[in-house]
Amino acid sequence: MSTDVQSQEQVAARVKALEAMLIDKGIMTTEAVDRLAEIYEREVGPQLGAKVVARAWTDPEFRQRLLSDATAACAELGIGGLQGEDMVVLECTEQVHHVITCTLCSCYPWPVLGLPPNWYKDPTYRSRIVREPRTMLREDFGLEIPDTVEIQVWDSSSELRYWVLPLRPAGTDDLDEDALAALVTREAMIGTGVVAAPR
Amino acid sequence: MNGVHDLGGTDGFGPVTRDPDEPVFRAEWEKAAFAFFASGFRAGLYGVDAFRAGMERMHPAVYLTSPYYEHWLHSIEHYATAAGVIDPDELEARTRHYLDHPDAPLPERRDPELLAFVDAAVQHGAPAKRETDAAPRFSVGDLVTVVDDSPKGHTRKARYVRGKTGRIVMAHGAYIFPDSAGNGGGEDPQHVYTVRFDNAELWGPQTAEPNGVVHFDVWEPYIVPAEQGAAA
Repeated sequence: MSTDVQSQEQVAARVKALEAMLIDKGIMTTEAVDRLAEIYEREVGPQLGAKVVARAWTDPEFRQRLLSDATAACAELGIGGLQGEDMVVLECTEQVHHVITCTLCSCYPWPVLGLPPNWYKDPTYRSRIVREPRTMLREDFGLEIPDTVEIQVWDSSSELRYWVLPLRPAGTDDLDEDALAALVTREAMIGTGVVAAPR
Repeated sequence: MNGVHDLGGTDGFGPVTRDPDEPVFRAEWEKAAFAFFASGFRAGLYGVDAFRAGMERMHPAVYLTSPYYEHWLHSIEHYATAAGVIDPDELEARTRHYLDHPDAPLPERRDPELLAFVDAAVQHGAPAKRETDAAPRFSVGDLVTVVDDSPKGHTRKARYVRGKTGRIVMAHGAYIFPDSAGNGGGEDPQHVYTVRFDNAELWGPQTAEPNGVVHFDVWEPYIVPAEQGAAA
Protein backbone atom coordinates (compact mmCIF):
# COMPACT_ATOMS: atom_id res chain seq x y z
CA MET A 1 0.00 0.00 0.00
CA SER A 2 1.76 3.09 -1.26
CA THR A 3 1.78 6.21 0.90
CA ASP A 4 3.18 8.36 -1.89
CA VAL A 5 1.04 11.20 -3.13
CA GLN A 6 1.48 11.26 -6.88
CA SER A 7 1.60 14.30 -9.11
CA GLN A 8 -0.98 14.76 -11.87
CA GLU A 9 1.72 13.77 -14.39
CA GLN A 10 2.44 10.56 -12.51
CA VAL A 11 -1.23 9.65 -12.22
CA ALA A 12 -1.82 10.44 -15.89
CA ALA A 13 1.09 8.21 -16.90
CA ARG A 14 -0.05 5.38 -14.67
CA VAL A 15 -3.61 5.55 -15.96
CA LYS A 16 -2.32 5.54 -19.53
CA ALA A 17 -0.06 2.57 -18.82
CA LEU A 18 -2.91 0.63 -17.25
CA GLU A 19 -5.21 1.59 -20.11
CA ALA A 20 -2.61 0.34 -22.61
CA MET A 21 -2.32 -2.98 -20.79
CA LEU A 22 -6.09 -3.43 -20.56
CA ILE A 23 -6.38 -2.67 -24.28
CA ASP A 24 -3.75 -5.33 -24.98
CA LYS A 25 -5.71 -7.77 -22.81
CA GLY A 26 -8.93 -7.16 -24.75
CA ILE A 27 -10.68 -5.49 -21.79
CA MET A 28 -10.77 -1.85 -22.94
CA THR A 29 -10.67 0.32 -26.03
CA THR A 30 -10.04 4.04 -26.48
CA GLU A 31 -13.37 4.15 -28.30
CA ALA A 32 -15.15 2.99 -25.14
CA VAL A 33 -13.38 5.72 -23.13
CA ASP A 34 -14.45 8.33 -25.67
CA ARG A 35 -18.00 7.04 -25.79
CA LEU A 36 -18.43 7.08 -22.00
CA ALA A 37 -17.00 10.59 -21.80
CA GLU A 38 -19.32 11.74 -24.57
CA ILE A 39 -22.36 10.30 -22.78
CA TYR A 40 -21.68 12.12 -19.52
CA GLU A 41 -20.36 15.30 -21.12
CA ARG A 42 -23.15 15.73 -23.65
CA GLU A 43 -26.11 13.42 -23.07
CA VAL A 44 -26.66 12.61 -19.41
CA GLY A 45 -26.61 15.54 -17.00
CA PRO A 46 -28.72 17.73 -14.70
CA GLN A 47 -30.81 18.96 -17.63
CA LEU A 48 -32.59 15.59 -17.44
CA GLY A 49 -33.42 15.93 -13.76
CA ALA A 50 -34.59 19.48 -14.44
CA LYS A 51 -36.99 18.13 -17.04
CA VAL A 52 -38.45 15.72 -14.49
CA VAL A 53 -38.79 18.49 -11.90
CA ALA A 54 -40.58 20.78 -14.36
CA ARG A 55 -42.99 17.98 -15.27
CA ALA A 56 -43.69 17.33 -11.58
CA TRP A 57 -44.39 21.02 -11.02
CA THR A 58 -46.89 21.19 -13.84
CA ASP A 59 -48.55 17.76 -13.70
CA PRO A 60 -49.87 16.81 -10.23
CA GLU A 61 -50.52 13.20 -11.24
CA PHE A 62 -46.97 12.81 -12.53
CA ARG A 63 -45.71 14.35 -9.31
CA GLN A 64 -47.59 11.71 -7.32
CA ARG A 65 -46.14 8.93 -9.47
CA LEU A 66 -42.65 10.45 -9.09
CA LEU A 67 -42.92 10.51 -5.31
CA SER A 68 -44.28 6.97 -5.07
CA ASP A 69 -41.94 5.36 -7.66
CA ALA A 70 -39.31 7.73 -9.04
CA THR A 71 -37.66 5.09 -11.25
CA ALA A 72 -40.90 4.28 -13.07
CA ALA A 73 -41.94 7.93 -13.37
CA CYS A 74 -38.57 8.95 -14.83
CA ALA A 75 -38.79 6.03 -17.26
CA GLU A 76 -41.98 7.62 -18.65
CA LEU A 77 -39.71 10.42 -19.88
CA GLY A 78 -37.07 7.99 -21.16
CA ILE A 79 -34.79 8.77 -18.22
CA GLY A 80 -33.05 6.10 -16.17
CA GLY A 81 -30.22 3.58 -16.11
CA LEU A 82 -26.81 3.25 -14.52
CA GLN A 83 -26.63 4.42 -10.89
CA GLY A 84 -30.34 5.20 -10.95
CA GLU A 85 -31.74 1.68 -11.02
CA ASP A 86 -33.78 2.40 -7.87
CA MET A 87 -34.41 6.10 -7.36
CA VAL A 88 -36.29 7.86 -4.56
CA VAL A 89 -37.37 11.49 -4.94
CA LEU A 90 -37.70 13.66 -1.83
CA GLU A 91 -40.13 16.54 -1.99
CA CYS A 92 -39.18 19.81 -0.31
CA THR A 93 -42.07 21.63 1.38
CA GLU A 94 -42.46 24.79 3.44
CA GLN A 95 -41.78 22.62 6.49
CA VAL A 96 -39.03 20.24 5.30
CA HIS A 97 -35.80 20.70 3.34
CA HIS A 98 -33.92 17.66 1.97
CA VAL A 99 -30.25 17.29 1.11
CA ILE A 100 -28.39 14.21 -0.19
CA THR A 101 -24.89 12.90 0.37
CA CYS A 102 -22.80 9.74 0.37
CA THR A 103 -20.49 9.69 3.38
CA LEU A 104 -18.88 6.37 2.38
CA CYS A 105 -18.04 7.03 -1.28
CA SER A 106 -19.74 9.12 -3.97
CA CYS A 107 -23.17 7.58 -4.68
CA TYR A 108 -25.24 9.96 -6.79
CA PRO A 109 -28.20 9.60 -9.19
CA TRP A 110 -26.35 9.67 -12.52
CA PRO A 111 -29.37 9.35 -14.89
CA VAL A 112 -30.91 12.61 -13.65
CA LEU A 113 -27.89 14.60 -12.44
CA GLY A 114 -24.99 13.22 -14.49
CA LEU A 115 -21.67 12.59 -12.76
CA PRO A 116 -21.18 14.31 -9.39
CA PRO A 117 -19.17 17.51 -9.06
CA ASN A 118 -15.87 17.09 -7.23
CA TRP A 119 -17.04 18.93 -4.13
CA TYR A 120 -19.75 16.26 -3.64
CA LYS A 121 -17.02 13.57 -3.59
CA ASP A 122 -14.54 15.49 -1.45
CA PRO A 123 -14.04 14.72 2.27
CA THR A 124 -15.16 18.23 3.24
CA TYR A 125 -18.76 17.78 2.14
CA ARG A 126 -19.09 14.10 3.04
CA SER A 127 -17.75 14.56 6.56
CA ARG A 128 -19.74 17.57 7.65
CA ILE A 129 -23.14 17.58 5.93
CA VAL A 130 -24.49 14.83 8.21
CA ARG A 131 -23.20 16.54 11.36
CA GLU A 132 -24.14 20.17 10.88
CA PRO A 133 -26.14 20.55 7.67
CA ARG A 134 -27.82 23.81 8.63
CA THR A 135 -24.52 25.49 9.43
CA MET A 136 -22.82 24.03 6.37
CA LEU A 137 -25.59 25.05 3.97
CA ARG A 138 -25.40 28.58 5.33
CA GLU A 139 -21.60 28.94 5.50
CA ASP A 140 -20.51 26.96 2.46
CA PHE A 141 -23.48 27.25 0.12
CA GLY A 142 -25.02 30.58 1.13
CA LEU A 143 -28.32 28.82 1.72
CA GLU A 144 -30.21 30.01 4.78
CA ILE A 145 -32.79 27.46 5.93
CA PRO A 146 -35.08 28.96 8.60
CA ASP A 147 -34.87 27.25 11.99
CA THR A 148 -38.55 26.39 11.69
CA VAL A 149 -37.84 24.23 8.62
CA GLU A 150 -36.67 20.72 9.40
CA ILE A 151 -33.55 19.59 7.53
CA GLN A 152 -33.56 15.95 6.46
CA VAL A 153 -30.23 14.55 5.29
CA TRP A 154 -30.19 11.39 3.16
CA ASP A 155 -26.95 9.39 3.25
CA SER A 156 -26.91 7.15 0.15
CA SER A 157 -25.40 4.13 1.88
CA SER A 158 -27.26 1.49 -0.18
CA GLU A 159 -28.02 1.21 -3.90
CA LEU A 160 -31.07 3.47 -3.51
CA ARG A 161 -30.39 6.77 -5.22
CA TYR A 162 -32.02 9.78 -3.58
CA TRP A 163 -32.55 13.20 -5.11
CA VAL A 164 -34.56 16.29 -4.35
CA LEU A 165 -37.71 17.77 -5.83
CA PRO A 166 -37.22 21.44 -4.95
CA LEU A 167 -39.96 23.95 -4.17
CA ARG A 168 -41.38 25.71 -7.20
CA PRO A 169 -40.56 29.41 -6.84
CA ALA A 170 -43.33 31.96 -6.62
CA GLY A 171 -44.12 34.03 -9.66
CA THR A 172 -43.71 31.21 -12.16
CA ASP A 173 -47.38 30.48 -12.85
CA ASP A 174 -47.17 31.68 -16.43
CA LEU A 175 -44.03 29.71 -17.32
CA ASP A 176 -44.27 26.59 -19.46
CA GLU A 177 -42.43 23.34 -18.74
CA ASP A 178 -39.31 24.23 -20.74
CA ALA A 179 -39.01 27.63 -19.10
CA LEU A 180 -39.42 26.04 -15.67
CA ALA A 181 -36.80 23.39 -16.42
CA ALA A 182 -34.35 26.15 -17.31
CA LEU A 183 -34.63 27.48 -13.76
CA VAL A 184 -33.78 24.18 -12.05
CA THR A 185 -30.16 23.81 -10.95
CA ARG A 186 -28.09 20.77 -10.08
CA GLU A 187 -27.63 22.07 -6.54
CA ALA A 188 -31.38 22.42 -6.05
CA MET A 189 -31.73 18.70 -6.86
CA ILE A 190 -28.91 17.84 -4.42
CA GLY A 191 -30.47 20.10 -1.80
CA THR A 192 -27.50 22.43 -1.38
CA GLY A 193 -29.46 25.06 -3.28
CA VAL A 194 -33.00 26.13 -4.01
CA VAL A 195 -34.62 27.25 -7.25
CA ALA A 196 -34.64 31.02 -7.53
CA ALA A 197 -37.53 32.91 -9.07
CA PRO A 198 -36.79 34.32 -12.53
CA ARG A 199 -35.62 37.93 -12.54
CA MET B 1 -13.25 -1.94 8.13
CA ASN B 2 -12.80 1.21 10.16
CA GLY B 3 -11.44 3.11 7.17
CA VAL B 4 -10.80 6.74 6.48
CA HIS B 5 -13.34 6.60 3.64
CA ASP B 6 -16.01 6.42 6.37
CA LEU B 7 -16.14 10.18 6.70
CA GLY B 8 -19.52 10.97 8.24
CA GLY B 9 -19.07 13.21 11.29
CA THR B 10 -15.32 13.70 10.92
CA ASP B 11 -14.32 17.26 11.83
CA GLY B 12 -11.64 19.56 10.56
CA PHE B 13 -11.70 19.43 6.76
CA GLY B 14 -12.63 23.09 6.42
CA PRO B 15 -15.01 24.65 3.93
CA VAL B 16 -16.21 23.13 0.67
CA THR B 17 -14.42 24.34 -2.44
CA ARG B 18 -16.66 24.64 -5.48
CA ASP B 19 -15.65 25.43 -9.03
CA PRO B 20 -18.76 26.63 -10.89
CA ASP B 21 -16.99 26.16 -14.22
CA GLU B 22 -15.70 22.68 -13.46
CA PRO B 23 -15.85 20.40 -16.51
CA VAL B 24 -17.24 16.86 -16.15
CA PHE B 25 -13.69 15.55 -16.58
CA ARG B 26 -10.87 17.84 -15.47
CA ALA B 27 -8.18 15.94 -17.40
CA GLU B 28 -7.96 13.32 -20.12
CA TRP B 29 -6.77 10.73 -17.62
CA GLU B 30 -9.99 11.12 -15.64
CA LYS B 31 -11.96 9.89 -18.66
CA ALA B 32 -9.91 6.71 -18.87
CA ALA B 33 -10.07 6.18 -15.11
CA PHE B 34 -13.83 6.57 -15.28
CA ALA B 35 -14.05 4.05 -18.13
CA PHE B 36 -12.02 1.49 -16.14
CA PHE B 37 -15.05 0.74 -14.02
CA ALA B 38 -17.41 -0.35 -16.80
CA SER B 39 -14.67 -2.18 -18.70
CA GLY B 40 -13.44 -4.12 -15.69
CA PHE B 41 -17.00 -4.88 -14.62
CA ARG B 42 -17.71 -6.43 -18.04
CA ALA B 43 -14.46 -8.41 -17.83
CA GLY B 44 -15.65 -9.88 -14.53
CA LEU B 45 -12.91 -8.30 -12.41
CA TYR B 46 -15.36 -7.02 -9.78
CA GLY B 47 -18.89 -5.95 -8.97
CA VAL B 48 -19.71 -2.54 -7.57
CA ASP B 49 -19.24 -3.64 -3.95
CA ALA B 50 -15.82 -5.15 -4.57
CA PHE B 51 -14.89 -2.04 -6.56
CA ARG B 52 -15.68 0.14 -3.54
CA ALA B 53 -13.74 -2.24 -1.30
CA GLY B 54 -10.77 -1.75 -3.66
CA MET B 55 -10.87 2.01 -3.13
CA GLU B 56 -11.02 1.52 0.63
CA ARG B 57 -7.67 -0.31 0.49
CA MET B 58 -5.86 2.91 -0.38
CA HIS B 59 -3.55 4.37 2.23
CA PRO B 60 -5.65 6.81 4.29
CA ALA B 61 -3.33 9.76 3.65
CA VAL B 62 -3.46 9.20 -0.10
CA TYR B 63 -7.22 8.60 -0.05
CA LEU B 64 -7.85 11.98 1.54
CA THR B 65 -5.51 14.00 -0.67
CA SER B 66 -5.93 12.46 -4.13
CA PRO B 67 -8.41 13.36 -6.88
CA TYR B 68 -11.45 11.10 -6.79
CA TYR B 69 -10.74 9.21 -10.00
CA GLU B 70 -7.36 8.21 -8.59
CA HIS B 71 -9.41 6.09 -6.19
CA TRP B 72 -10.85 4.30 -9.21
CA LEU B 73 -7.37 3.78 -10.62
CA HIS B 74 -6.33 2.21 -7.35
CA SER B 75 -9.26 -0.19 -7.32
CA ILE B 76 -8.94 -1.51 -10.86
CA GLU B 77 -5.19 -1.79 -10.46
CA HIS B 78 -5.73 -3.87 -7.36
CA TYR B 79 -8.21 -6.28 -8.98
CA ALA B 80 -6.45 -6.53 -12.35
CA THR B 81 -3.24 -7.40 -10.53
CA ALA B 82 -4.93 -9.86 -8.17
CA ALA B 83 -6.59 -11.62 -11.12
CA GLY B 84 -3.24 -11.89 -12.90
CA VAL B 85 -4.54 -9.78 -15.79
CA ILE B 86 -1.69 -7.32 -15.46
CA ASP B 87 1.87 -7.75 -14.27
CA PRO B 88 2.91 -5.08 -11.72
CA ASP B 89 6.45 -4.86 -13.08
CA GLU B 90 5.16 -4.25 -16.57
CA LEU B 91 2.79 -1.58 -15.23
CA GLU B 92 5.76 0.20 -13.60
CA ALA B 93 7.78 -0.01 -16.81
CA ARG B 94 4.97 1.26 -19.00
CA THR B 95 4.21 4.04 -16.51
CA ARG B 96 7.83 5.20 -16.78
CA HIS B 97 7.51 5.06 -20.55
CA TYR B 98 4.44 7.32 -20.57
CA LEU B 99 6.04 9.64 -17.99
CA ASP B 100 8.96 10.13 -20.36
CA HIS B 101 6.73 10.19 -23.44
CA PRO B 102 3.32 11.57 -22.38
CA ASP B 103 2.15 11.79 -25.97
CA ALA B 104 3.14 8.25 -26.94
CA PRO B 105 0.12 6.54 -28.49
CA LEU B 106 -2.03 3.86 -26.93
CA PRO B 107 -2.41 0.47 -28.61
CA GLU B 108 -5.19 0.34 -31.16
CA ARG B 109 -8.00 -2.16 -30.93
CA ARG B 110 -11.63 -2.17 -31.93
CA ASP B 111 -14.39 -3.86 -29.99
CA PRO B 112 -17.92 -3.07 -31.19
CA GLU B 113 -19.37 -5.37 -28.53
CA LEU B 114 -17.74 -3.32 -25.77
CA LEU B 115 -19.19 -0.14 -27.27
CA ALA B 116 -22.63 -1.76 -27.37
CA PHE B 117 -22.15 -2.87 -23.76
CA VAL B 118 -21.31 0.67 -22.69
CA ASP B 119 -24.47 2.08 -24.22
CA ALA B 120 -26.63 -0.71 -22.83
CA ALA B 121 -25.11 -0.40 -19.35
CA VAL B 122 -25.69 3.35 -19.21
CA GLN B 123 -29.24 2.94 -20.45
CA HIS B 124 -30.33 -0.03 -18.36
CA GLY B 125 -27.91 -0.04 -15.43
CA ALA B 126 -27.00 -3.02 -13.29
CA PRO B 127 -29.77 -3.47 -10.73
CA ALA B 128 -28.68 -4.71 -7.31
CA LYS B 129 -32.23 -5.62 -6.24
CA ARG B 130 -32.84 -9.36 -5.89
CA GLU B 131 -35.82 -11.62 -5.34
CA THR B 132 -35.75 -13.47 -2.06
CA ASP B 133 -37.95 -15.97 -0.28
CA ALA B 134 -36.91 -14.61 3.07
CA ALA B 135 -39.63 -12.54 4.72
CA PRO B 136 -38.48 -9.16 6.04
CA ARG B 137 -37.89 -9.24 9.80
CA PHE B 138 -38.69 -5.55 10.23
CA SER B 139 -41.42 -3.17 9.08
CA VAL B 140 -41.88 0.54 8.61
CA GLY B 141 -42.38 2.12 12.03
CA ASP B 142 -40.09 -0.28 13.90
CA LEU B 143 -37.54 1.19 16.29
CA VAL B 144 -34.15 -0.41 15.59
CA THR B 145 -30.56 -0.14 16.79
CA VAL B 146 -27.54 -0.50 14.50
CA VAL B 147 -25.23 -3.25 15.72
CA ASP B 148 -22.18 -1.66 17.30
CA ASP B 149 -19.25 -3.69 16.07
CA SER B 150 -16.23 -3.19 13.83
CA PRO B 151 -16.25 -5.74 11.03
CA LYS B 152 -13.05 -6.28 9.12
CA GLY B 153 -13.27 -5.87 5.36
CA HIS B 154 -15.92 -4.05 3.37
CA THR B 155 -19.12 -2.89 5.03
CA ARG B 156 -21.58 -0.03 4.52
CA LYS B 157 -22.28 0.16 8.24
CA ALA B 158 -20.79 3.61 8.80
CA ARG B 159 -19.26 4.30 12.19
CA TYR B 160 -21.48 7.28 12.95
CA VAL B 161 -24.64 5.13 13.01
CA ARG B 162 -23.24 2.15 14.93
CA GLY B 163 -24.98 1.69 18.26
CA LYS B 164 -27.53 4.37 17.33
CA THR B 165 -31.29 3.92 17.45
CA GLY B 166 -33.74 5.17 14.86
CA ARG B 167 -37.04 4.40 13.22
CA ILE B 168 -37.56 2.55 9.95
CA VAL B 169 -39.29 4.84 7.46
CA MET B 170 -38.99 2.78 4.27
CA ALA B 171 -38.62 -0.91 3.39
CA HIS B 172 -37.11 -1.52 -0.03
CA GLY B 173 -36.95 -5.28 -0.59
CA ALA B 174 -33.75 -7.32 -0.85
CA TYR B 175 -30.46 -6.20 -2.39
CA ILE B 176 -26.99 -7.67 -2.87
CA PHE B 177 -25.28 -7.62 0.54
CA PRO B 178 -22.04 -5.57 0.35
CA ASP B 179 -20.55 -7.26 3.40
CA SER B 180 -20.56 -10.48 1.40
CA ALA B 181 -20.18 -9.41 -2.23
CA GLY B 182 -17.61 -6.74 -1.37
CA ASN B 183 -15.43 -9.29 0.41
CA GLY B 184 -15.25 -11.95 -2.28
CA GLY B 185 -18.45 -13.71 -1.24
CA GLY B 186 -21.72 -14.32 -3.06
CA GLU B 187 -24.62 -11.92 -3.43
CA ASP B 188 -26.40 -13.12 -0.26
CA PRO B 189 -29.37 -10.74 -0.76
CA GLN B 190 -30.68 -9.04 2.39
CA HIS B 191 -33.61 -6.74 3.01
CA VAL B 192 -32.78 -3.02 2.96
CA TYR B 193 -34.48 -0.39 5.10
CA THR B 194 -34.16 3.37 5.47
CA VAL B 195 -33.70 4.37 9.10
CA ARG B 196 -34.34 7.89 10.38
CA PHE B 197 -32.07 9.11 13.19
CA ASP B 198 -32.61 12.29 15.16
CA ASN B 199 -29.58 14.55 15.10
CA ALA B 200 -29.37 14.39 18.89
CA GLU B 201 -29.18 10.59 18.80
CA LEU B 202 -26.21 10.73 16.43
CA TRP B 203 -24.25 13.65 17.86
CA GLY B 204 -25.52 14.13 21.39
CA PRO B 205 -27.95 16.77 22.63
CA GLN B 206 -25.20 19.30 23.34
CA THR B 207 -23.71 19.54 19.86
CA ALA B 208 -26.49 18.33 17.55
CA GLU B 209 -28.27 20.90 15.39
CA PRO B 210 -31.96 21.21 16.33
CA ASN B 211 -34.83 20.33 14.01
CA GLY B 212 -33.06 17.81 11.84
CA VAL B 213 -32.72 14.13 11.06
CA VAL B 214 -30.36 11.92 9.06
CA HIS B 215 -31.54 8.96 7.01
CA PHE B 216 -29.25 6.00 6.53
CA ASP B 217 -29.94 2.79 4.59
CA VAL B 218 -29.19 -0.47 6.36
CA TRP B 219 -29.19 -4.11 5.33
CA GLU B 220 -31.11 -6.35 7.72
CA PRO B 221 -28.03 -7.87 9.44
CA TYR B 222 -26.95 -4.36 10.46
CA ILE B 223 -29.89 -3.86 12.82
CA VAL B 224 -31.61 -5.37 15.86
CA PRO B 225 -34.87 -4.41 17.54
CA ALA B 226 -34.29 -1.45 19.85
CA GLU B 227 -34.41 -2.21 23.54
CA GLN B 228 -37.19 -0.73 25.62
CA GLY B 229 -36.48 2.83 26.60
CA ALA B 230 -34.14 3.54 23.67
CA ALA B 231 -34.25 6.89 21.92
CA ALA B 232 -37.25 7.50 19.68
